[in-house]
Amino acid sequence: MTLSSKECDVAIVGGGLVGAAVGYGLARLRQRVVLLDEGDADIRASRANFALVWVQGKGFGYTPYAHWTARSSNSWIEFAALLRDETGLDVAFQRPGGFHLALSEEELARRAAYIDQLHSQSPEFPYRVEILDRSQVAAMLPDIGPDVVGGSYCALDGHCNSLKLYRALLKAAAKHGGKYLASHRVEKIAYENHEFRISTSAGEIHAEKVVLAAGNATMHLAPMVGLEAPMQPERGQIMVTERVTPFLNYPVVTIRQTDEGTVMIGDSKEEGTTPDGLNLSISAVMASRAIRMFPLLGRLNVVRMWAGVRVMTADGFPIYDQSETCPGAFVACCHSGVTLAANHALTLAPMIAAGRLDAEVVGAFSARRFHVSKAA
Amino acid sequence: MFRRLPETSAATVTVSIDGADVQVRAGDTVAAALLAAGVHPYRASTVSGAPRAPYCMMGVCFECLVTVDGVGNRQGCLIPVREGMRIETQHGKREAHR
Amino acid sequence: MNGAPVFENTYDVAVVGAGPAGLAAGATAAKAGLTTIVLDENPAPGGQIYRAITTTPVRREEILGEDYWDGQKLIQEFQSSGAQLVSGATVWSISRALEINVSQGGQTHLINARWIILATGAQERPFPIPGWTLPGVMTAGGAQTLLKASGLVPSGRVILAGTGPLLWLLAAQILRAGGDITAILDTTPLENYVRALRQLPGFLLSPYFAKGLRLLTEVRRKTRVIKGVTKLEAQGKDKLAEVLFATGSQPATRMAADLLLLHQGVVPNVNLAMSIGIDHRWDELQLCWVPVLDQYGNSSVPGIAIAGDGAGISGALAAAERGRLAAYAAVKALKPEALSHLPAEQILLQALAKAQAGRAFLDTLYQPPKHFRIPEKNETLVCRCEEVTAGQIREMVALGCEGPNQLKSFLRCGMGPCQGRLCGLTATEMIAAERNVSPQQVGYYRLRPPIKPIQLAEIAAMPQSETAVKAVVRG
Repeated sequence: MTLSSKECDVAIVGGGLVGAAVGYGLARLRQRVVLLDEGDADIRASRANFALVWVQGKGFGYTPYAHWTARSSNSWIEFAALLRDETGLDVAFQRPGGFHLALSEEELARRAAYIDQLHSQSPEFPYRVEILDRSQVAAMLPDIGPDVVGGSYCALDGHCNSLKLYRALLKAAAKHGGKYLASHRVEKIAYENHEFRISTSAGEIHAEKVVLAAGNATMHLAPMVGLEAPMQPERGQIMVTERVTPFLNYPVVTIRQTDEGTVMIGDSKEEGTTPDGLNLSISAVMASRAIRMFPLLGRLNVVRMWAGVRVMTADGFPIYDQSETCPGAFVACCHSGVTLAANHALTLAPMIAAGRLDAEVVGAFSARRFHVSKAA
Repeated sequence: MFRRLPETSAATVTVSIDGADVQVRAGDTVAAALLAAGVHPYRASTVSGAPRAPYCMMGVCFECLVTVDGVGNRQGCLIPVREGMRIETQHGKREAHR
Repeated sequence: MNGAPVFENTYDVAVVGAGPAGLAAGATAAKAGLTTIVLDENPAPGGQIYRAITTTPVRREEILGEDYWDGQKLIQEFQSSGAQLVSGATVWSISRALEINVSQGGQTHLINARWIILATGAQERPFPIPGWTLPGVMTAGGAQTLLKASGLVPSGRVILAGTGPLLWLLAAQILRAGGDITAILDTTPLENYVRALRQLPGFLLSPYFAKGLRLLTEVRRKTRVIKGVTKLEAQGKDKLAEVLFATGSQPATRMAADLLLLHQGVVPNVNLAMSIGIDHRWDELQLCWVPVLDQYGNSSVPGIAIAGDGAGISGALAAAERGRLAAYAAVKALKPEALSHLPAEQILLQALAKAQAGRAFLDTLYQPPKHFRIPEKNETLVCRCEEVTAGQIREMVALGCEGPNQLKSFLRCGMGPCQGRLCGLTATEMIAAERNVSPQQVGYYRLRPPIKPIQLAEIAAMPQSETAVKAVVRG
């Protein structure tokens, strides 16, 4: 499809969770939005993720990210209600708090030290994580196995159904006139006469603004608009079981029970930039740890296993930027597309609509930081 | 729905179906035995609870799921009956604690 | 004690499936002196066509017919070949490095092979009519399995519906056994007869012609056949009560029924092959995915061949010939000096060609019509496992969903335990029809292991390397 800037205010490169959240946020502000996405079989982090709306541990080594994450978690309740009103879809958001479980005293000690260091990063650190002993964990997770010695718990942690989230975002964006164009792989972006000319595999799109939300591929697109987005893709595996009656009331960072009743088990961090092929040895490790945490899982059947490629910036923290050489071009990429969806729709999108990223809120996430730390 | 051909051997085994002892033909699969015994509803779907029964009898459709000897979601059409087998029909999602 | 099977670490040839192709492949490889294992999911060998051939209670040979009992020769050949058969063994994963994970007796075993022949055969094509998920609706193959393996014959108000040679064969078998058939609703589109005329000369010369004609005549003498059925629905509250049907000339009629047996052909069971990453293409005549193979059956993954109906629907005789050819190629690669024990390649190729004669006619005549492949009514279920309707799929395509993988993530269509076996073809064809592009372009679900659900405990018991542990246990 070919569109002129008379038909399109903002072109968003990338139709995944980040693009869709920003797209919805802009569309409800009456911006005419086009989402440009790749094909059906292409790599999509938005389909492969663990669906956590997660806070604990975020911002370790970079307190601004802790603030940004806590803000999103707190906006999520309103965000989920908004999506339900707009689309009728319930994205099954729950925030009962979440766990990171330790299977040995040594694991627990390491976790406690990590949390201590996290809290001490700032006198008013934006969230608290508690270290719980086994009996405290057992009171909330009665099915834990004998190897669980304790864990860390954060009341702001939660989860949702991320596939429903994605579907709801697209539906809501469409409701406000947003267009979703699949199989429109972006090849080139040029800035001419105060507008962006985006060449795709299926036609040219012109718009006054462009947002690069293309996951790991943003790395290649950003220089075209005078920006940079250093990414370090990271592979991981997940498996999911058949549907089971509810037993797990809190998400654990590597085990959660979905609203459908299936149990998702993760996760690994591997070399590799494609989701092809499965490393069954890794599956075995994930499986045995999961069973040690919840022995009843052993009898359940795994119905599917998959690998995904995490969207990961060079330092793990989001990159939000606007171009000086090509005004109107923005970059938005991050690892936690689910957790930050509320911020992307309700906080970031209005900034993009106004044409200016608020430095106080997201200035810490400019890619300029990579040069600062290099110089330091 | 089905009747047994007269020349079929009468050798049987005793299994329990949802707690009740039943004589079933030795050599039948669990799914065939349940169909022959007229068990209805065979299963309730995990999504809506709609009644379901074996469809393909060859391990492809996963409608024949039963709990055998306490293990849930077994494909009944692939398991031959055995003396003393405990068969339980499944209604809805598999139970987490069993 | 009936001991647990012994799995060696490595075999020369591993065959998956003990139907005609698997049995022939296994026998051929073993006779050439290659260490051979055949892994079959079912309790006994024979696959579907020769199901229960070693155990069937249906001893009167005329009931199942001579084509069935012909299978005994293959069984004997296999049993004397020295190949190892393991029954009740489900292969759930094969890697490109030819590592096989097979679950047997609740435990997963890892087997390495120097050559793998997939002979997992075919499954019935989905037949998504309104009400097809009601108890009392089954496939023709399912009823045939109940007859062969358990001596159970349909009884009461029984309707057969669909198209294809298997429908007629089953009808004949049921009637010979004294079972009941109230009517056969033939959905073969009348225009197919005209289209198939071109293939008729070739068909007349094939062995199937005379047999087929005899079968049709036999069945028509004994039961009511209604041709040109264009509309079909199963109706009932919590089980089948009535079948609604219409033909081109007659308006909708309801027939009381206890059992509805559906069949509109068979298609390759692609899940294992696709999960390995073997290339497939859409076949426009057979309207299904077939693997891309060379003349021996070798696939796009080195060391893995496909034989039998899984290579493309051709029937039992061709399946056995394909099995022999695939084994021939394995022997050629692994132990060429043993080729002298086998028939010459030309002989095998000719035997296969002969067994495939007349296929084009059958494929054309019995090609199922679009309205039975793509449900017209929006309430019809496409994905049985996750209860996704045709209307929901149409809605997603209208929203911009272009392929089955996006469909999967939007609707859970294809995410259930059957892994898309009963919805995949429908989903691909529906999307293609809505978008007005070819199924080849639309593609299929991305399939991965496990190709059958496997207990988490079995996965946990597999070997854990140090790098694997480091990849998981972090922080």
